[in-house]
Amino acid sequence: MADFEPKIVGFLCNWCTYAGADLAGTSRMQYPSTIRPIRVMCSGSVDSAYILRALLEGADGVLIGGCHPGDCHYVSGNYKARRRVTVLKTILKTLGLDDERVWVRWISASEGKRYADTISEMTAHLKKIGPSPARKLWSL
Amino acid sequence: MSKHLKVEVKNGKIKEAINFFLIELLKKNLVSALLVPRELPSKDNVVQSLVSQPDELKNADVFAPVLPVNSARIISEMTRLGSGKASVGAILRSCEIRALIELVKLKQASLDNLLIIGIDCPGTYSVKDYKALCQQGIYPEDELFKNLKKGMEDVRIREACKVCEYPVPSNSDLTFGFLGVDFEKNIFFQANTSKGEKILDRFSYLEFDGLKIREEFIFKYLKQKIKKRDELFALTQKEVKGWENLISFFSACINCHNCMKVCPVCYCRECFFESACFEFNGDKYLNWAKKKGSIKMPKDTALFHLGRMAHMATSCVGCGACEEACPNNIPLLKVFKTVAHNVQEIFQYVPGKKLQEPLPLTTFKEDELQRVGED
Repeated sequence: MADFEPKIVGFLCNWCTYAGADLAGTSRMQYPSTIRPIRVMCSGSVDSAYILRALLEGADGVLIGGCHPGDCHYVSGNYKARRRVTVLKTILKTLGLDDERVWVRWISASEGKRYADTISEMTAHLKKIGPSPARKLWSL
Repeated sequence: MSKHLKVEVKNGKIKEAINFFLIELLKKNLVSALLVPRELPSKDNVVQSLVSQPDELKNADVFAPVLPVNSARIISEMTRLGSGKASVGAILRSCEIRALIELVKLKQASLDNLLIIGIDCPGTYSVKDYKALCQQGIYPEDELFKNLKKGMEDVRIREACKVCEYPVPSNSDLTFGFLGVDFEKNIFFQANTSKGEKILDRFSYLEFDGLKIREEFIFKYLKQKIKKRDELFALTQKEVKGWENLISFFSACINCHNCMKVCPVCYCRECFFESACFEFNGDKYLNWAKKKGSIKMPKDTALFHLGRMAHMATSCVGCGACEEACPNNIPLLKVFKTVAHNVQEIFQYVPGKKLQEPLPLTTFKEDELQRVGED
């Protein structure tokens, strides 16, 4: 599986993680080009159905990036995201699906390095566990 | 604050004892209408009906072991745009009351002017089985009481009921109880609220003294149910484990969305999975087919079920209406109940238990789930 390049769908909050990603870019930090970022206004606006859609279409990983707890631009969106993702991951775990393909990270606008490191770390992890079985399942 | 009255059963006719009480409720004007299960003229099904005339209650059949629809949906339909000015009594099973409480929290129903009469429920047949029994000349209610007396459970009752941990209703104003009671001689009415007490005050039944025996019975009964439930959880998790097994579990799904339409806690006026988000042009489909080589049509069946779980698992009351509505007999209840149990456990949330308790996904605590975001 040496040539396996994971595909990550990222739901990044406009105020923190997306700006963090920008900072990583403008600071010329190097990280794998495995993520397809989708800018959302708040991690709290990411419905589980979006994450499931990505997983079922064969994304190897899904990253939900939000502001640190307490720092949400809309006060409490990330706390709600935290509960929602916990529900989703519990569902996946109960059904014996890889819940470790879904990551949540709180990355602020000033944490470009943390963003780059997160993508590197997640890419390495996904390379280790291999491509998502959903990639090949036509009957899903 | 509860009151227990003994209701004598003459010649083993429980129905008559109950119907007398219901007729009196209307005659005494204690409620202006009753939502009550009644036998259809065809005598092969029992459905909820809204009754305002006492003499229409002759064929009321509250203990008929069948659940054509979860009546929480009916109450929602009747009260969503505002309750009526006069009071309505509704005879509901535990799963219906629990779903109703969830719907009230979701602002889809109102308890104003509603008198909830809960009934003990040791289980129901599916509508098809109920009808078949009637056609064979077997009266399902007799079967229910016969089996109960023997301490046995009919194998034909619905899976949802076999593993139901709530045979006794909660959050009702009045309860009609017969579990753990010598129901051939008497059953009992219990008032749980002042509303219920005021009603029982108008009747001259004697005090019921069999509570202790009932409690002991329920304790043992629940233990069996929970054991069965946990066995089902373990088996289910094994059965659906992994993508391949999950696909095979849902393989008969034709995307009709019946399970969502009958689900008492699926309250959205327009389901996300039926919205424009799921309308695509031809190129999109071709793209998908190209990417995976081929795709199953209709598309997104697994996404629908998983998404529905994510949306309603916190409020799932395990009534099994989903499974009843499936045209292809997918045994949905066990998967939904297993998932819901694990999800509800995270928040220590029991749907339908407490009206004041907020829905888990509408609230949060700052100092919880702190590992999310780290691993």
